[in-house]
Amino acid sequence: MSNEPKMTARHVNVSYGPKQALHDVSIDIEQDKVVAFIGPSGCGKSTFLRTLNRMNDTVASARVDGDIRLDGQDIYAPEMDVVQLRARVGMVFQKPNPFPKSIFENIAYGPRIHGLATGKADLDVVVERSLTRAGLWNEVKDRLTDSGTALSGGQQQRLCIARAIAVDPEVILMDEPCSALDPIATAKIEELIHELRGRYAIAIVTHNMQQAARVSQKTAFFHLGTLVEYGATSDIFTNPVQERTKDYITGRYG
Amino acid sequence: MNQHTVKAFDNDIGQLRGLISQMGGLAEDAIAKAMQALQRNDLALAAEVRAGDKAIDAIEAEVERLVVQIIALRAPMAVDLREVVAALKIANVVERIGDYAKNIAKRVPLIESEHRIEPVSVLPAMGRMASEMVRDALDAFGARDAPGAVLVCESDAALDDFYDSIFRTLVTYMVENPATISQVAHLLFIAKNLERIGDHATNVAEMVYFAATGAQMADRDRGGDKD
Repeated sequence: MSNEPKMTARHVNVSYGPKQALHDVSIDIEQDKVVAFIGPSGCGKSTFLRTLNRMNDTVASARVDGDIRLDGQDIYAPEMDVVQLRARVGMVFQKPNPFPKSIFENIAYGPRIHGLATGKADLDVVVERSLTRAGLWNEVKDRLTDSGTALSGGQQQRLCIARAIAVDPEVILMDEPCSALDPIATAKIEELIHELRGRYAIAIVTHNMQQAARVSQKTAFFHLGTLVEYGATSDIFTNPVQERTKDYITGRYG
Repeated sequence: MNQHTVKAFDNDIGQLRGLISQMGGLAEDAIAKAMQALQRNDLALAAEVRAGDKAIDAIEAEVERLVVQIIALRAPMAVDLREVVAALKIANVVERIGDYAKNIAKRVPLIESEHRIEPVSVLPAMGRMASEMVRDALDAFGARDAPGAVLVCESDAALDDFYDSIFRTLVTYMVENPATISQVAHLLFIAKNLERIGDHATNVAEMVYFAATGAQMADRDRGGDKD
């Protein structure tokens, strides 16, 4: 099982109205690995990330073709429960977006509505475990009733990661999770990504190539809506094969 | 190759390549002058070579400084990273080549000049061969020329053969003319230095190949390393 890719995408095309944003993208997301999606703005990397838990469903003009599977199961199949899917494939956004509720409630909300924890004792366990895994527990354990929005930006982002973890996801998608954070908060998130690897498959979109190099084991380079190159991060950053990848990562693009 | 979006990066790389090229030129020159000094027993020229080695050392230090600066400030990737790392290593090897030329120059005053022995006449040809390898290796770096680098490595076998032949000639000569042993011993060391210069030029060529292609040069038959 562990050798099977966690998610597979085959011949994925995405259009927003008449404009095609992704062309025939095929890629495997492996268990126990962090994959980074890099590429210039508008290259389709975020669009692709959002197809992996059907976030594009919320965009009326978006049309997704192709085959995307989670553990071999077609996530675009009519019988797929999108709410369940998004619990299994969690997402962390660019800007930390905690609920305007207490720190405790931010974490407890998901497990409660998904029926993963019911009583107060169960929820306490889930909240502590999620905050601990997100590296936030020691900083907030004495003020769980404070509002999530009162935390610093970096803490808010880790709260959002804890919230994603709380519903026991299998895959975590991160869309530029550090672009609004200072270098210290960024380093903490990167360290957290290292620690979460192994428990979850992680896909991260980042504009910061150094960050992609630091946190990922595999890197996918997107350009103009196509997947140009996908390989081991150490190869992509030392010896990429495609000219477009070379130009982009060495800073010769445009 | 396309230019970097950040022009200053191109300037840094250009400056680094300029330093390597300058250093290589000085090393080639040192070999040629050392061999000329040997041939003509020109002690002033030999002294000049010894003094000139400091300039090579100074450029090596400058290359190290610039490489650290580029890595810190530009975060080079892929071909840029390989090239910057190769430049650092090449500077180190060229500095060693300069040391061998200096060592040849140091021996010139120690060789008795009254009775010049005949085998000394073939050493300049070997010197030219070694010097050409250094030049070709550095030209390959300048042109990011992987096939050129392979040619340099292949030419090392000829230099090794040349060394073997000179070695046998000199040993035979010593046996037949025991009075010349100390003089011929110096010539043996000089031939050995030239052979080592060829090995170092080969190392440079291997780094050039790696910088240009991202792959190690395939194993080749070097005819066995000489110690």
